[in-house]
Amino acid sequence: MSATVELTRRQPASLPPGTGNSRRLNRRWNHRRRERLYQWMFLVPAVAYLALFFGYPVAKNVIMGFQEYSTSTFYTGEAPWVGLQNYVTVVTSSLFTTSLVNTALFTAGSIAGQFVIGLALAVFFKRKFPLNGVLRSLLLLPWLLPLIVSSAVWRWILDKDSGALNNFLGGLGIIDTGVPWLTSTSLALAAVVGVNIWIGIPFNVTVLYGGLQDIPDELYEAASLDGATGWRAFQHVTWPMLRPVVSVVLVLGVVYTLKVLDIILGLTNGGPANSTQTVATQSYALSFQEFKFGEGAAMGNILVLISLVFAVLYLRANRRAVDE
Amino acid sequence: MKSAFSSKTIALAVTALAGLPLALSGCGSGSATAGSGGSVTEISVVDYYNNEPDKTIIGDTLAACGTKAGVTIKRETVPGKSLIAKVLQQASSKTLPDVLMLDNPDLQQIAGTGALAPLSDFKISTDNYPEGILSAGTYKDKVYGLAPTVNTIALFYNKDLLAKAGVTPPKTWDELKAAAAQLTSGGQYGLAFNANATYEGTWQFLPVMWSNGGDEKNIATPETTEALQLWTDLVKSRSVSSSALNWTQADVKDQFLARKAAMMVNGPWQIPSLGKDASLQYGVVNIPVKDADQTAVGPLGGEVWTVPQTGNKARQAKAAEIVSCMNSDENQLAMAKSRNTIPSKTSLADTFAAENPKLATFTELVKTARARTGQLGEEWPGQAQKIYTAIQTALTDKAAPADALKQAQGQ
Repeated sequence: MSATVELTRRQPASLPPGTGNSRRLNRRWNHRRRERLYQWMFLVPAVAYLALFFGYPVAKNVIMGFQEYSTSTFYTGEAPWVGLQNYVTVVTSSLFTTSLVNTALFTAGSIAGQFVIGLALAVFFKRKFPLNGVLRSLLLLPWLLPLIVSSAVWRWILDKDSGALNNFLGGLGIIDTGVPWLTSTSLALAAVVGVNIWIGIPFNVTVLYGGLQDIPDELYEAASLDGATGWRAFQHVTWPMLRPVVSVVLVLGVVYTLKVLDIILGLTNGGPANSTQTVATQSYALSFQEFKFGEGAAMGNILVLISLVFAVLYLRANRRAVDE
Repeated sequence: MKSAFSSKTIALAVTALAGLPLALSGCGSGSATAGSGGSVTEISVVDYYNNEPDKTIIGDTLAACGTKAGVTIKRETVPGKSLIAKVLQQASSKTLPDVLMLDNPDLQQIAGTGALAPLSDFKISTDNYPEGILSAGTYKDKVYGLAPTVNTIALFYNKDLLAKAGVTPPKTWDELKAAAAQLTSGGQYGLAFNANATYEGTWQFLPVMWSNGGDEKNIATPETTEALQLWTDLVKSRSVSSSALNWTQADVKDQFLARKAAMMVNGPWQIPSLGKDASLQYGVVNIPVKDADQTAVGPLGGEVWTVPQTGNKARQAKAAEIVSCMNSDENQLAMAKSRNTIPSKTSLADTFAAENPKLATFTELVKTARARTGQLGEEWPGQAQKIYTAIQTALTDKAAPADALKQAQGQ
């Protein structure tokens, strides 16, 4: 609209009315088309990347879930369509409920531990004291270690007979005999959650610490004038101001934790007696140990669906954070 | 007009998208399919011997075989865990190597896809091989792979610790339980084995299961229950640490080396590490059987060499020459000696045992050893998983051995 107005206004008086107008209008159209083309061309790499490395694998995985996809498929390319058979098999398997419950416990336990400890540390590091920066960067170490290395080291630490943890507890006189951290069906899941908490703390501290930095000091000053210090200041200033960050941390944490595989494989491989078996480890075992790629894909898709619920929550939380 | 442009750009995007996978797959196609007919000058080989000393020993043997066949060897070693993934990927992109090494329990799985050529196509002799290793290399009555050397597991014992306790190496289950109990004191356990939630846990259990007449097709039988009862008794009486539930075979060896276990179930590939400890005096005997008159039956380990279907007859013929050469008598003896494994051919056993006394027990054991996939073929992975699940259920006291086996079998 405004372009047309502009064009009419700038039209030189010498030119016959109409012709120039339409030619300019045409040029304007060409220009807009070209601009649109450029816009598309800038989008193409990103779209291609997404389609190739995210879209294709997800679509392939969904399709595989409906096929009998075995080792032969790789050579012959034949994967008979079996409808919902794979889903029926994995869902009715006696391990499915165990895996689902373990996944829930593992995720809830990990997130609760990571978040509470992470938040406490973030609040702690907000205070100014010597070596604050050094300590804070040391805290990132678990994040920097390859997961397979962390899990191998933790496997030694948690060993019943010669593990460092039992030696330490024994030295303090807390325990008499070695605690079977990874080999007892009642403790293994807790031990695995513990290790995952250790791995997840840096992420929580980093993000929450960033959120805390954004809270203006004046709010605390004002609060202290009103008599709110310490716990009350946290309750009435820190927590409400931090809430958008908190929701992001929690939802991302859940999505990251649901799919944890390497730590469990490295620590217990799903044992003892399936007590640390999760949906992710089950999916892995079906695909890469039993070579039932169709069932593995079905299990993986169930995990994707669960993650998707939290991803939607994340997007909504994020939008609300932006709106605020 | 406007839509014309956007459709053109969409077309562009689509072309780009369609082109990318093509370009990517183009990168993957190797030389394996190149040069149909004509003289073959190069043979590609994939194996998983990526650690020393095996890497060099196998590499040198391959190179010598290549020279003999008049070709150069282009060898690629991949980590053991990623071999199957690699093979499947190569199978789907039709870039399989000319010669492929596989762990014997995987052979039937891969042969089942149709990616391998039967060795009878190349007139490779399968004489003098014992039943066990042939059955591992056989899929639907055709032999697809041959192993130059094999291995199995046996009972290692610490001579000094046994002498100190006045215990002789056990031959029966009762003797094993008594000896293990007697050898357990303080931080030292009588025995170490591996009962973890992987195929390794299954593999270590197979000797007691098979020697007692247990059958992998149906594990809910009295014979297998008795074997699992033995494992359970040993852990419950604390003669074996419950850490066995999470140990690998390498951990078991470490326990033995650290004198934290007086005896262990393990294989000959640990001999080099054990040899590094000069003060360690150890002996190797059969894994005890329930009754003295039973025969010890162990599981057969080892890697088979195969000729994949690359579609090029000339190359396949050359590849078969390499496989045949790897399995020659001289190479079997030489590789077995340097890699602490056992030559597969029965005809070589006596010579080998005489020359390598420390491997004598294993040489005797492999004659009767069985292949894991001998009966079940492609079904083995699923059943192996049931076996280790049952072991773990019983050892953690979640169910009695009989129930644990029944539950696992019914899964």
